[in-house]
Amino acid sequence: MSHPTEQANPPAELPYAPPGFLRDAMRVARKDLLIEFRTRSAFIAAAVFALLSAAIFRFTWDPSAVSTLDLAPGVLWVIFAFSGILGLHRSFGIELADRALDALLASPMSRESVFAGKALANLAFIGCVQTLALPAVGLFFNLPSGKLWVGVAAASLLAAIGFVAIGTLFAAITANIRMAELMLPMLALPFFIPIIIPAAQATALLINGRPVSEAADYLKMLAGFDILFVTASTLVFPFTLEE
Amino acid sequence: MAMASAPSAVRGGARDSRQASGGFDWFLIVAILGVVAVTVRVLLFTPMELRQGLAQKIFYLHVPAAILSLYFAVVPASIVSGLYLWLKDPRLDRIAESLAEVGVMFCTVVLCTGPFWGKPIWGTFWQWEARLTSTLFLWFVLIGYLVLRGAVDQPESRARLSAVVAVMAGFLVPFIHLTVYMFNTLHPMPVVLTPNPMEQNLSPEMRQSFLWSLLAFFVLYCALVRNRYAWATARDIQLLEDQA
Amino acid sequence: MGRRVAGNRSGGYASPMLSEVALHAHELVRRFGGRTAVKNVSLALGAGECLALFGPNGAGKTTLLRMLGGQIKPNTGHVALHGHRLPGTAATRNLVGLISHHTMLYTALTALENVQFAAECHGMRNARAAAMFALERLGVSARADTAVRTLSRGLQQRVSIARALVHGPRLVLLDEPYTGLDETGARALTRALQELLGVGATLVLVTHHLSEGLALASRAAVMLEGQLVRVDEAPADGFDAGSYSALYRSLVVREVG
Repeated sequence: MSHPTEQANPPAELPYAPPGFLRDAMRVARKDLLIEFRTRSAFIAAAVFALLSAAIFRFTWDPSAVSTLDLAPGVLWVIFAFSGILGLHRSFGIELADRALDALLASPMSRESVFAGKALANLAFIGCVQTLALPAVGLFFNLPSGKLWVGVAAASLLAAIGFVAIGTLFAAITANIRMAELMLPMLALPFFIPIIIPAAQATALLINGRPVSEAADYLKMLAGFDILFVTASTLVFPFTLEE
Repeated sequence: MAMASAPSAVRGGARDSRQASGGFDWFLIVAILGVVAVTVRVLLFTPMELRQGLAQKIFYLHVPAAILSLYFAVVPASIVSGLYLWLKDPRLDRIAESLAEVGVMFCTVVLCTGPFWGKPIWGTFWQWEARLTSTLFLWFVLIGYLVLRGAVDQPESRARLSAVVAVMAGFLVPFIHLTVYMFNTLHPMPVVLTPNPMEQNLSPEMRQSFLWSLLAFFVLYCALVRNRYAWATARDIQLLEDQA
Repeated sequence: MGRRVAGNRSGGYASPMLSEVALHAHELVRRFGGRTAVKNVSLALGAGECLALFGPNGAGKTTLLRMLGGQIKPNTGHVALHGHRLPGTAATRNLVGLISHHTMLYTALTALENVQFAAECHGMRNARAAAMFALERLGVSARADTAVRTLSRGLQQRVSIARALVHGPRLVLLDEPYTGLDETGARALTRALQELLGVGATLVLVTHHLSEGLALASRAAVMLEGQLVRVDEAPADGFDAGSYSALYRSLVVREVG
């Protein structure tokens, strides 16, 4: 069992790097994403849901009654909300399966950095799902192409930040309780309304050809929501863990 | 003794507090009498509003219920929950629980009376106007809070987790108002009468009736919260005795 | 059997033989709602000592362990580790290692990835090398690149132990670590723990396996209904499992009966 680099004694005095918020958060995020990449179950579920929903909305729509430009923003953001939720539950599910969370919390990393790391991983998750969903909706609903999609992407990013802040927090709250997979959407969806409404309004303006400056008010609202709820969620997160 | 439409918890609470104190919950009885008195005043002694007719009388119930459920239930529950997270006093948790349950009651009243007031006035049962929509989402938040409490068995975890949700709900309230307002300013309402108390054409007697109504429902609200709190305390004491 | 150190209901403890007190718990009380899980427990352990903690289910052993590790706070009383109060700063948390019958692993990741992640979380600079070394010490380095999900329960437990020890903790808390281990695994664990004791770490071991627990123990305690009813120092040639087992049964039966 001798390994070329085997040492007879434990590695000499290991200097411990002091915990750093960003580094710790990135480490947790990378770990979460690595796990998701290995299993891919949540991502496939979310992606399939997004594409199927877009298709179903398309087929159940009567073009003479409602124009695509009126319908598409709603469809887009409904898909955003519900496909995003699919990825949230596993955020803490993996930690509780074998109590890995205990080891995580016993390490020198701060609770806030653990939260930030998980939120970042969820953000990446939603980003990947949106990368599929946005083009799909654009295609199915014959939306105009062009620079407007930069604005839509910006709205998506801002919405996603607030979404993961709240979603990660509620995932932590509901992880260990009865009916967890029902409680998470039930609690979180009312909180998503202040995200969805401005985002949908902004998207509607953009795909109708209005300049970004008109949508800017909504983007500012989203940014304000993000700042408030990222702060609130991070502050309140430690209370979701037993001490 | 409690109102026929009260949730069973409050009904049971009246019973329990009756048993506990050996007598009736006088405060609650007085409060209910007050509401009856105000109802009589509104129906018989307040002039009819010219344009809306009898349906306008719902205003005297609808608006106080809305004010109470928002400013006296959700916001205080949020603050009390924040205090709980800081001080860890179980009494604060019971207060928050009581506020939320009574708040849901009043919120339900708002959502039920809205359509009945709206149909004769607007022509439809529902309008996505700012106040009603905000109340709807607050109702969802409160229901979520109560269902969460039902889903957690351990009392400490239940108190802690629901307190977190309540604190977040407190941050949410202004945002819901803001977003629904913005939504409405872009979708102008059909030009009909909006059930906004500030825009109502109220005669002095109507204004007085409204204030009396507000007071009576406020007293009822306090009585119900107090009753519910007593029930929660009795329940927790019983739980401790069972465990020991 | 061994020099009996304390037998009164309130717990009590004796100063360790060694000059330095590594772990000091003073009158710990922990309540959950109306139930008191830990009633006024005190103990002091020095470096290189191992306390084996026995007791029936529900006696409060796991709760005590979690307070000693700083995972939960006591309602009253305090814990100090090498002079630092718990729960302490980030640096203090580096001193503690946790092993239990839950593996605390991510089953989708490989053994090496799991242990390396733990090493990085504890701030180790050469995390990969430390992780490989830890896996070697537990005899599982051949499976370093296998997903934990595909490993047997015994191997998973060994990887979990590597995870717990990779950062060289001074205090190791073990909650039923021998669960699911076969003979080879149990021997590897005992060997690793003996090495730790040799370099001056402190162990608190909760187990139902009397013989394995006593083999390592410099002190043995019995916990009943939240209190340490009996603490014994190990005799010069170690505990005798047979007589201790009889003693344990008499204590437990006395309580239940």
